[in-house]
Amino acid sequence: MLLTTLVDLSRWQFALTAMYHWLFVPLTLGLGFLIAFMETRYVMTGDEFWKRTTKFWMKLFAVNFAMGVATGIILEFEFGTNWSNYSWFVGDIFGAPLAIEGIFAFFMESTFFAVMYFGWNKVSKKAHLVSTWLTAIGTNLSAVWILIANSWMQYPVGMEFNPDTARSEMTDFWAVVSSPVAINKFLHSVTNGYVLASVFVIAVSSWFLLRKRETLLARKSIRVASVFGIISLAVLIGTGDGSAYNVAKVQPMKLAAMEGLYDGSEKAPLVAVGILNPDKDIVGEDGADEDPYLFEISFPNMLSFLATRQADGFVPGINDIIEGGYEFTDREGNTYIEPSFVEKKAMGTAAVTALADYQTAKQAGDTQAMAQAEAVLEQNFDYFGYHYIEEPEDLVPNVPLVFYAFHIMVALGMFFILLFVLYIVFEWKNLIVSDKHKWLLWLGIISLPLVYICSQSGWIVAEVGRQPWTIQNLLPVNAAVSGVEPGNVLTTLIIFAVLFTAMLVVEISIMLKQIKKGGE
Amino acid sequence: MERLRKIWLFYYEGFRDMSSLGRTLWIVVLLKLFIMFAVLRVFFFRPALADCETDAEKSQAVIENLIK
Repeated sequence: MLLTTLVDLSRWQFALTAMYHWLFVPLTLGLGFLIAFMETRYVMTGDEFWKRTTKFWMKLFAVNFAMGVATGIILEFEFGTNWSNYSWFVGDIFGAPLAIEGIFAFFMESTFFAVMYFGWNKVSKKAHLVSTWLTAIGTNLSAVWILIANSWMQYPVGMEFNPDTARSEMTDFWAVVSSPVAINKFLHSVTNGYVLASVFVIAVSSWFLLRKRETLLARKSIRVASVFGIISLAVLIGTGDGSAYNVAKVQPMKLAAMEGLYDGSEKAPLVAVGILNPDKDIVGEDGADEDPYLFEISFPNMLSFLATRQADGFVPGINDIIEGGYEFTDREGNTYIEPSFVEKKAMGTAAVTALADYQTAKQAGDTQAMAQAEAVLEQNFDYFGYHYIEEPEDLVPNVPLVFYAFHIMVALGMFFILLFVLYIVFEWKNLIVSDKHKWLLWLGIISLPLVYICSQSGWIVAEVGRQPWTIQNLLPVNAAVSGVEPGNVLTTLIIFAVLFTAMLVVEISIMLKQIKKGGE
Repeated sequence: MERLRKIWLFYYEGFRDMSSLGRTLWIVVLLKLFIMFAVLRVFFFRPALADCETDAEKSQAVIENLIK
């Protein structure tokens, strides 16, 4: 019970910090490029209007950047304090990308960021433009390394576990960097930032148009943002499909939770809209026979196609994953009969026992026993973390949270297609300034909180959906957590909640003040 | 040397002529960094393996946690 409290508090704290950090990152990722496009227009045309427009959005970029900067550092504090087993276990693999990220973040962003703000009248137009582009690229390159590290946790490749140190050692840097999960996650996450920034620009511009202020700045900004937004959204949807395919291959339990799929099937339908039945439970429990949905509208065969690229492919549900026994083809193309939870737990226990035997043999100086134990560990290492999973239900993430977050994210993604198309059509047809179409401007403003909800929902799907694993199949949260006092974690959780709320209020008030000032 | 002087002047003048928004943002950033490193890090986020002096001790501590 105590461990559950500690794990839950540590998870809440990490989730709060990560979600707070993710409020700022996507706007930085996307707004940087939008500013760079606008400044490019200025340099190409020499039109001072574009300089003024660039400077206005750059001001808001600075507010967001200043509020978001260093909020990610708290996550690193939490790794060391609350998740020390995890930190040590992943050390070398997590360390390299984060160190590269630190260097990029520090040198690229701080250098070119300064030129961007201090250099308007001190460096040439072209040098300034290059700095703006490099700041935008730098922020995105920082994201590359963070997302590579995150992807490795979801799909641990290019590593070997060292039983002497209990650390994962990188054996293939390229495998870690070029992992299909990492590439897809990077593209999906940054294009999410581009869409969010586009909606941000549209919302602020819509507010100006409603107030009949800064009309030209607002309309030109809407043109840039709506085109950038719809192109980014096309990539976002494509990589979303890629994400779902990867999840089906490397984290099938996450996919099952995303769809509320308890019993798998061939020709599996994709739920478009649905309400989960709260009485539904996994195999062996009282609610096992209940229908998973109270209401649902589905697309036939779509889930099978999404997960296997075949309309009649088999998609395992939560119960199938627990019971095993079905044919499964992994990300590397290997086909095998999926072991059950019980079999995986036995292999996990064999691996952990082998690690203990290895240590005993090492202390006794028995090299032969060490070699034997290492062989057993290696043979069963893929399921190392299952040793710590007590019951099959512990293997299942929070299904309602993942299911609804996934469907909210997808629904809002579809809504943003409509939003960008409407803004493109109404702006190019000169209808956007008509009083008859104020509803569109209000829709644009309402879309701002919606795009943040969409973005956060994506992270809930990715991170809650992979529970209980900190590292897929290797280290669950209850083995990754440190033996710290739950009271300490609760204290810092409360401090963060207060601090983050205060900072958010400050940020929003500074941002609103700068928006009200308009271009200068 | 001349180049270093120019870089110094670039930053010096940049900070000196900064707008009130820039100053406000710097105050917020510095305050935030102070809270993070001088308060949270020192009083609340002591690394759990800080008592282990060497990497070997840290390894041993984690292994014991994993096999218990």
